[in-house]
Amino acid sequence: MTLQHYLVISAILFTLGIFAVLTRRNAISILMGIELILNSCNLNFAAFARFMTPPEDISGQIIAIFGIVLAAAEAAVFLAIILAIYREFGSIRPDEVDTLKG
Amino acid sequence: MEFTLRTFIFYGFALTTIASALVVVTVRNIVHAAFSLMVTLFGVAGLYVFLQADFLAATQVIVYVGGILVLILFGVMMTSGRLEMRIHIERGQLLLGGVVALALLMLLLTVIANTPAWKNLTDDGTELPPTTERIGELILNGPFLLPFEVVSVLLLVALIGATLISRKEVRDE
Repeated sequence: MTLQHYLVISAILFTLGIFAVLTRRNAISILMGIELILNSCNLNFAAFARFMTPPEDISGQIIAIFGIVLAAAEAAVFLAIILAIYREFGSIRPDEVDTLKG
Repeated sequence: MEFTLRTFIFYGFALTTIASALVVVTVRNIVHAAFSLMVTLFGVAGLYVFLQADFLAATQVIVYVGGILVLILFGVMMTSGRLEMRIHIERGQLLLGGVVALALLMLLLTVIANTPAWKNLTDDGTELPPTTERIGELILNGPFLLPFEVVSVLLLVALIGATLISRKEVRDE
């Protein structure tokens, strides 16, 4: 396994996440796309920590752990906002929530 | 590269991860997408094991599969009636999003293939010591103490904010 193996996997995950964010018309599916993007990012951190730094340096893994924490916080706030939007609009399709649209 | 059991399992994990991520972004039923996301997260945890990041793999399974995925399923349960279960997709958007995503993938792959510093870095298969102890040292008694505290405060703020946003509004007029 080389570094490029991991980078290619991570690039594919990132692209699929972007695709989900762009095409899905359901807020929770968009959240899933964002989770894919964050996962690809963490995978890159761990891969670079393994291959680009000396083996005893694991700072990259710690950054990835912080990334996981941020993902958890983000998911909690995201779902809270989704619940509030659902209560207000009766739908979680992002293109129906357009009160602020001019 | 010789074809050993190790590489076989690695490719198994890689293909599982990518295939289930593909299912996540294409399947119409949102519950199926959520369970496919679980397979993706497990696959990424397996890749962490291959990177000898054991603590990271355990954290991935506990936080993502045990926490975020359950949160997502609760979100599906509380917001999706029978009608919303199927994800609505518009064809024009699908085409445009596919073109953008493909262009992005091509760009990333070109960069990955052509960066000289990233070439020929092979995993020699040496066993590294477990990372948990060193991570504890670095976080609680080292350079990552301040970020750790900041991130814990951030998590607290996010959780309080989430409860505040999602509770039912009590109007006293």
